[in-house]
Amino acid sequence: MSQGRILKVAGPLVVAEGMPEARMYDVVYVSDFRLIGEIIEIKGDRASIQVYEETGGLGPGDPVYSTGEPLSVELGPGLLSSIYDGIQRPLDKVRAQAGDWITRGINIPGLDHERLWDFVPTAKPGSSVSGGSMLGTVQETDLIEHRVMVPPGIAGELLDMVPAGRYTIDSPVAKIRTASGSVADVRMCQKWPVRKARPVGEKMAPDEPMVTGQRIIDAFFPVGKGGTACVPGPFGSGKTVIQHQLAKWADAEIVVYVGCGERGNEMTDVLQEFPELQDPRSGKPLILKTVLVANTSNMPVAAREASVYTGVTIAEYYRDMGYSVALMADSTSRWAEAMREMSGRLEEMPGEEGYPAYLGTRIAEFYERAGKVRCQGGDRTGALTIVGAVSPAGGDMSDPVVQATLRVVKVFWSLQARLAYMRHFPAIGWLESYSLYVDNLGEHYARELGGDWAGMRDRSIALLQDEANLLEIARLVGAESLSAEDQLTLYTARSLREDFLHQIAFHEVDTYCSPSKQKAMLGLIMQTHEAMRAALAAGVPPRSLFEIMSRESVARARYAPEGAPEYFEKALADIRAEIAALSAAASVEGAR
Amino acid sequence: MIREYRSTVEIAGPLMLVQGVQGVTYEELAEIELPGGELRHGRVLEVNGTLALVQVFEGSSGVDIGRSTVRFLGRGVELGVSESMLGRIFDGQGRPRAPFDTSPPVIPDRMLNINGAPMNPYARDYPAEFIQTGFSSIDGINTLVRGQKLPVFSGNGLPHSAVAAQIARQARVLGEGESFAVVFAALGITFEEADFFIRDFRSTGAMDRAVVFLNLADDPAIERIATPRMALTAAEYLAYEKDMHILVILTDMTNYCDALREISAARKEVPGRRGYPGYLYTDLSTIYERAGRIKGRKGSITQLPILSMPEDDKTHPIPDLTGYITEGQLILNRELHKKGVYPPMDVMESLSRLKDKGIGRGKTREDHSDLFNQLMAAYSSGKNARELAVILGTAALSELDQKYMKFAEEYERRYISQGSHENRGIEETLNLGWELLKLLPRSEMKRIRPEFLDKYWPVKGEAS
Repeated sequence: MSQGRILKVAGPLVVAEGMPEARMYDVVYVSDFRLIGEIIEIKGDRASIQVYEETGGLGPGDPVYSTGEPLSVELGPGLLSSIYDGIQRPLDKVRAQAGDWITRGINIPGLDHERLWDFVPTAKPGSSVSGGSMLGTVQETDLIEHRVMVPPGIAGELLDMVPAGRYTIDSPVAKIRTASGSVADVRMCQKWPVRKARPVGEKMAPDEPMVTGQRIIDAFFPVGKGGTACVPGPFGSGKTVIQHQLAKWADAEIVVYVGCGERGNEMTDVLQEFPELQDPRSGKPLILKTVLVANTSNMPVAAREASVYTGVTIAEYYRDMGYSVALMADSTSRWAEAMREMSGRLEEMPGEEGYPAYLGTRIAEFYERAGKVRCQGGDRTGALTIVGAVSPAGGDMSDPVVQATLRVVKVFWSLQARLAYMRHFPAIGWLESYSLYVDNLGEHYARELGGDWAGMRDRSIALLQDEANLLEIARLVGAESLSAEDQLTLYTARSLREDFLHQIAFHEVDTYCSPSKQKAMLGLIMQTHEAMRAALAAGVPPRSLFEIMSRESVARARYAPEGAPEYFEKALADIRAEIAALSAAASVEGAR
Repeated sequence: MIREYRSTVEIAGPLMLVQGVQGVTYEELAEIELPGGELRHGRVLEVNGTLALVQVFEGSSGVDIGRSTVRFLGRGVELGVSESMLGRIFDGQGRPRAPFDTSPPVIPDRMLNINGAPMNPYARDYPAEFIQTGFSSIDGINTLVRGQKLPVFSGNGLPHSAVAAQIARQARVLGEGESFAVVFAALGITFEEADFFIRDFRSTGAMDRAVVFLNLADDPAIERIATPRMALTAAEYLAYEKDMHILVILTDMTNYCDALREISAARKEVPGRRGYPGYLYTDLSTIYERAGRIKGRKGSITQLPILSMPEDDKTHPIPDLTGYITEGQLILNRELHKKGVYPPMDVMESLSRLKDKGIGRGKTREDHSDLFNQLMAAYSSGKNARELAVILGTAALSELDQKYMKFAEEYERRYISQGSHENRGIEETLNLGWELLKLLPRSEMKRIRPEFLDKYWPVKGEAS
């Protein structure tokens, strides 16, 4: 282990000299506090180091120890249900060791190295294996079976497998003779450098939606499994609630939630809620399929920069097992700001608004780690979906982070302050948002929801578009002077907004809405629209039509239980009956 | 180890560069002795080989290159804390502040680094207990809970000081046997404003359970960087070691940010928006995130930072970044103020993110949440009706819209508005809400569950 000396300390940046063997992104221990840092610039034998802990009290002359290894995470059974800081230190164990505040120089491995796991071998000795080949399984939690794989880069003949039994993550479970003839031990635990994407067999186009149970997302702006999405919006517009809703209800087998530079109390909320919330598909606590990475805003800024990489590497590892994984990053703006701060301290030439010129590249690289893939070393398909929240300064969409993100992501959920003030949640603007996956997913929808779904969706979006135009006119001349047809457009659009798009995250039933119920709800609104249009043509006055009693059942549809088509059948029958009565009255009137 | 140097080579703004230093560490406290014997304090911002960059809290005027001595004290900036701080008034660096406080310095129980350490998110307990401020517009609508950080966004000429003083005076937690105290930090406000707070605290007896830190407008601007951290260090000691519930009032955070900008400019850093440094968000979060509760400890810290928005612009970097860190915001509205509404609380734009867990059965009252939703919806309809009336004339409004308009007026006049010494209990606030809703037809109460409607607004004849 080579040793250098500190030359300069400026906030989280430390410059050390006497480090001729330094390599970019190697981890170093700084001073006798053994603060963890990472080399981010080298000039001659001087290395600039970003330090993941507070640097107060450090000065020139203090030692710097190089480890010669890049910043890595430990991967293996025990990740699920954990809460880590930005560099994979388990916060529960940090608390047990250091108390309620995070003090310096704490060095606890990410995984429990003492715990025994029930390992069941599945590979046969003598078979030929390579990176990603499955060796055995461990029931990691009640929900998830952990698939122990050959680490990437190792290939050869499987010489030996241990019998089923209890092992720690450090004991060898298999021996592999590699092509060069040497014998490699494989353990349940492997390490991977966070800044490097894990290899995959082949990338594929997302062709299946990630069902989130959120109507505006699933019905209007879906994200494919393996896709990317972003949620930009000003403060108070509900970014975090959307991220939490996705973490709770998305049909991903594994959820990695990265709280990057956000509020401490929000992470506490997740921590307290997830063990109690049930996964809607299995009925088991959500925490059993979740990994939390929490680097709150007051924790050291350099570790915030690392936290998204730590999160995405863990997510990739489960993807490699063939799981569908969702990664929520809240918020990527704080990550970008951490980059900006380090760049400023390195005195790099700034790009837009002081952000480094490589901001766009880094953001693109990060989102590119998403994807639907054929995994290495086996016939498995995995998917990693990334949803990033963006917090633009002043809610201004020309913010460099928003713009750099929009260049790479395929789904844009635009949060509108205007909707948040109206207490319309989720405050996703239906005119501004988009999803580029709609066509890719068309086949899936036709299969799952029937051929009429796409048309219904398109018609309702068109109605909302028409509403925006009509409201302009109505503001000038008054809604009463619009044609009956236009008044109906306004009526139905309002119903779409209030009875369909508006969804109450805190209501026990409304918080999750299955695709089939979404279709039933949208169908009810659109069929009411058709029935009303026919009635208008028959001469029913719009006002009496819009005040039918049975419209109440449309407003209450959100509370209808899942799997209860009879509610919708009855509601539609009632509405049709009431409209028919009005039409009959109108025709009597007309005949007179 | 104390090391003394007379080797200052450069002075720029509040910064001085000392050369030939040895063993100096980052964030170390320094003492600067001027030729006349005057003592000033500073903090090391950067060390580079044998060069140390020192930020002088009292400013650099009068400091010279040849004769001023810089002593490095071998420790960071610390505050001596003890329970006897209650009732005392300190300056921005934690010394008794004449003429408000002429008693001898506090004998410290412990010395604490004012930067604190980040609270482990795993150790946090979620804020869920209601704090009664006596303001209907806060308690009823944007409820404050223990451990929350809820800033007041105000503007020049708006009565934020009066509002803050009243909250400090009236705030209490429901339940017996809880000790409550206020830590107040003045950041660059005028003598008059500070005097208003102190007189208010003294006249109402609140001073006995208050700790005050004063950095006034004519005090050194750079000292303001330390003052909120001093206040929060005192608050953490009282909350987590002495089991007290602490309300921290920081006013005015805009002055703090300007001091930060001054240092950043003197260091020639690349500026972010409006000249504020790129790390403003991180820096503010190290202040605001020091609010909260900890599992297994009794005390709590609730923060009420006050900031004046330049030009009432909410997208200005200071309110913007603050809003991203804090758990909601209370916004004071100039229009309401002109109408004579006190407090001029903009209940529509204000938001308490933690409200939901602090209200309801066992905390305030079972009907609170529904009542809140109904009041908000009705006020919103009333405001829309009022806008319509401006265009079309009141006569053109439907009967219902006229009722809503009337409701909005009464709501502002009677619910939001209250006396500067009027302390409304939560029951009173909730009942007032019901009373005002009765201006509207009962059939409009769509957001209230039928069982609460029957209980709190029984239909005549049915009522027994």
